[in-house]
Amino acid sequence: MKISVDQAKCCGSGMCVLTDPDLFDQNDEDGTVVLLEEHPDAAHEASAKEAAGLCPAGAITIS
Amino acid sequence: MTEVISEKLPTTRQTPFDPPPELARIRDQAAISRLKFADGHLGWLVTGHHQVREVLGSPKFTNDPAEHHLLEVRFQGEVPKERRRIKPGMFLNQDPPDHTRLRRMLQGQFTVRRMNQLSEWIGTIVDDQLEHLRSFGGRADLVQEFALPVPSLVICALLGVDYDERHRFQEDTAKLLSLNSTFEEAMAAMERIEAFMRELIARKKADPGDDMISDLLATGEPTDEEASNMAMLLLLAGHETTANMLGLGTFTLLRHPDQLKILRDEPDVVDNAVEELMRYLSIIHFGPVRTATEDVEIDGHLIKAGDTVVMHVPAANRDPEKFPGNPEELDLRRPATGHVAFGHGIHQCLGQQLARIEMRIAFAKLFQAFPDLRLDTAPEDVPLRTDMGIYGVHALPVAWSS
Ligand code: HEM
Ligand code: SF4
Repeated sequence: MKISVDQAKCCGSGMCVLTDPDLFDQNDEDGTVVLLEEHPDAAHEASAKEAAGLCPAGAITIS
Repeated sequence: MTEVISEKLPTTRQTPFDPPPELARIRDQAAISRLKFADGHLGWLVTGHHQVREVLGSPKFTNDPAEHHLLEVRFQGEVPKERRRIKPGMFLNQDPPDHTRLRRMLQGQFTVRRMNQLSEWIGTIVDDQLEHLRSFGGRADLVQEFALPVPSLVICALLGVDYDERHRFQEDTAKLLSLNSTFEEAMAAMERIEAFMRELIARKKADPGDDMISDLLATGEPTDEEASNMAMLLLLAGHETTANMLGLGTFTLLRHPDQLKILRDEPDVVDNAVEELMRYLSIIHFGPVRTATEDVEIDGHLIKAGDTVVMHVPAANRDPEKFPGNPEELDLRRPATGHVAFGHGIHQCLGQQLARIEMRIAFAKLFQAFPDLRLDTAPEDVPLRTDMGIYGVHALPVAWSS
């Protein structure tokens, strides 16, 4: 599994960080997403998908 | 596909915690249906969860109030378009690129990490307010003494607004939100709040403090007009919504003793309890509202440029397709994330992580501090905010013995 994030789309909602702080963080400057793990291990795959589904801005894609 | 057409948006609640029952019937027939507006416009009503997300996530809609057709419920008759134009800085109503530029100036201040760091400080505000509540002896109005002061104190301190000056915006906010205010009354209230904000910006420029408005001004990015309207948006959005979730949420829990017992017995449930209360109560009567800027197909329906669409968050939050089983029931253990009580898309609530922390701490501490908290009036006598733009309770008489 590979996670990609698009800072240009991100609106800093924090939903991804709330869902899995091991995978996502937010930039202190403008609150946009920072990807911590591009390739989540099996234990984090479900939350990666959940975060992608919750993101209000469609800024997270899973492939 | 036969079209479902509503002559008027149903707004009469039958019970304190549920949206008008017609909404579920409309949603079951058509997650996207037609709705008549005050000026005769035939727009849309969206009641399905997935469909609400689709509209709010689409870039082909605007929240510019000058573009919206009006529903009869708020202002009678036609309000001149120029009176509804966007105020620069009120980014809730602005589209990209302005929306993106302005929201980004603030996003860094509302991150999950920043909000978590405020937990301890918010905890002391809540503790102080609980002590204040206790000082009333054995009975008090929970709204006036707890639910409204907590978020007001928090947002005032964050923005650098003197809490003692709250009378300069609290009563006018109520006028602004009252469905009984005329357009002129609401505009006059708005103008007084605007004057207060302009004064505040001038003060912060002359004498910066350790607060969000001073930080915003220090970036030199927003114009004075933008800064003033951004501060006003934060102040207005930051206290009424959370306050009403605390008031109505407490009323809800007191009327669902089995659920309250879960919250008391299993403190870890509180995070999910807040999500479920948000899902179950939604707190806005209906909305958000958007108008299409170009033709767009949503779930098989062609929405034409200029059509106004009313999303119905309370209906979407009880859509059985998203929340299977018993969406009409309060269930603090249900997976409730994904509710749309904070909206969806680029305008999704900027203050949601702050609101979550405030609610988690306030509900947890309230029921710890007052284990036998109970309603001090007949449930049917609790005054409901059916006359306000944001739902909730006007007052919540409560009693306790220890
Ligand atoms: C339980 C409490 C709250 C609820 C239910 C709530 C709900 C909402 C909703 C539904 C929206 C989207 C409106 C739309 O799309 O048209 C929104 C936007 C917004 N909220 Fe909240 N809110 C709450 C608390 C707060 C707090 C505490 C703050 C600020 C400190 C805040 C600031 C904002 C701002 C600035 C926006 C506009 C965002 C944008 O347009 O990009 N809200 N809120
Ligand atoms: S959930 Fe989406 S919009 Fe929100 S911070 Fe994460 S990437 Fe950005």
